[in-house]
Amino acid sequence: MSETPLQPSDRVASVPESGIRRFFEVAAEMDDVVSLGVGEPDFATPYRAREAAIDSLQRGQTSYTANKGMVELRERIADHVTRYGLEYDPGEEIIVTAGASEAIDATFRALVNPGDSVAIAQPAYVSYEPGVRFAGGEPLPVETRAEDEFVLTRERLEAAGAQDAELLIYCYPNNPTGATMTEDELREVAAFCREHDIAVMADEIYAALTYEGDHTSIATLPGMRERTVVFNGFSKAYAMTGLRLGYALAPPHVIDSINRIHQYSMLSAPTTAQHAAIEALDNCGSDVEEMCTQYDRRRNFVLARLDEMGIDCFEATGAFYVFPESPWPDAGEFAETLLQEEQVAVVPGDAFGTGGEGHLRMSYASSMDDLRTAMDRIERFLE
Amino acid sequence: MDERAAVLDLLRENARYTTADLARMTGLDESVVEETIAALEADGVVAGYTAVVDPAKLDDEPVRAHVECNVTLDRETSYGDIAKRLAGFPEVASLRLMSGDYDFALDVEADSMGEVSRFVSEKVAPLPEITQTVTHYVMETYKESNHRFDAEEGDERISYSP
Repeated sequence: MSETPLQPSDRVASVPESGIRRFFEVAAEMDDVVSLGVGEPDFATPYRAREAAIDSLQRGQTSYTANKGMVELRERIADHVTRYGLEYDPGEEIIVTAGASEAIDATFRALVNPGDSVAIAQPAYVSYEPGVRFAGGEPLPVETRAEDEFVLTRERLEAAGAQDAELLIYCYPNNPTGATMTEDELREVAAFCREHDIAVMADEIYAALTYEGDHTSIATLPGMRERTVVFNGFSKAYAMTGLRLGYALAPPHVIDSINRIHQYSMLSAPTTAQHAAIEALDNCGSDVEEMCTQYDRRRNFVLARLDEMGIDCFEATGAFYVFPESPWPDAGEFAETLLQEEQVAVVPGDAFGTGGEGHLRMSYASSMDDLRTAMDRIERFLE
Repeated sequence: MDERAAVLDLLRENARYTTADLARMTGLDESVVEETIAALEADGVVAGYTAVVDPAKLDDEPVRAHVECNVTLDRETSYGDIAKRLAGFPEVASLRLMSGDYDFALDVEADSMGEVSRFVSEKVAPLPEITQTVTHYVMETYKESNHRFDAEEGDERISYSP
């Protein structure tokens, strides 16, 4: 292979493979795996949204859309996000992308100069650090802690040296911990960002899956809208992961910059998915409510079972994850042995960066039957 | 959602949830769950529990028919009176008064088409208030009580994803 001129760039070579890949390969060889390792809903996309997608295909609506997405969709998104107190102009301040992941990647490339420091609240979704590296930036992990229930605090930002960062990215409700942040907690982060003139990328993909209180967006806090890009999408709330559709909300000049990259790399988000999304926003609110009710029950169930087993776990209030302490000091070894002996898939917390060590991510986006089986097996494994 | 509604919702989803699991899912004490179920039963809100069976999977597949009935009323006879007479037959699995072209809708279940036919012609049609019956035999059941019988099994998702 060294003979060929086809060699990965230094940038790509500097990014390690995902930490969960080795587990995936082991699990793929097994029958009867009950997986709590999945980062997507177990529900199918609401039926009406699927029908709308099919209908659009039958009508032959298969061409590109406007780069920033169909106007009808952007108008509905603008209307939809007012529930969080967010006001964005559908013409200039919204861009529809192939999943929130594309929007996040394009935003890194749109905002980060070589050598820029990008603070990442961790544990975090696995794409942030590679995204910063691909953009030529320097990731700066900001560790959140179990004793703070994994919320971001001024103290943690200062301890990590984030005052010198150009940009901060975080995700609340959080993957992998299930933590959410209250308005008061966000105010502290907002003040820090204003004081040190830091821009914010707020990944709010799980906003609709908030079980205690209401979701707050940092962009609604004083002086934050002009320094924040908000990300959301259809994957989690509307169970549309495979349709790949997300969006970014930001002031016009930022959307222009993101669009500069998006128009040359993606051109436009998948048209079929955009038609599904319009229907989702128009008519699938009750499906989302029903899914939320189900997740909340499962969350209660899993937290109760873990507690009964004597596994320490803070009360996760968002997304569809709990993040208990590993019963063994080495969470990776625990996850691997649990998979081998009981065929239950969980993800060791260190796969999500610093702060995740000694924890396990368990997704409760699984049927009650599967959750009960998984909990029974874990209980048996611990005995 | 209050506790009664929450417990009822879960029982309608799966009547075999244990009280311990119902307690875990709702965050209620197990004793409260038990009391709530007892109250739902005592009040007649929960009239019973039954399995959702795919008839096609049975060795002896029963025959089901949807029977439309028209009736004529007089001063002494109400819909309720007729309903009482019809509901008493064990062959009648469900009975509803309908708006529209006919009055009663019966789901009739028996071991054979002959048995269903005989039941309708010998027990239902001869009732003095019944003016007409139309019997539709069920050919295939795809969904019942929110359960799909044609659904494909299994979780297509990959077992680890970020």
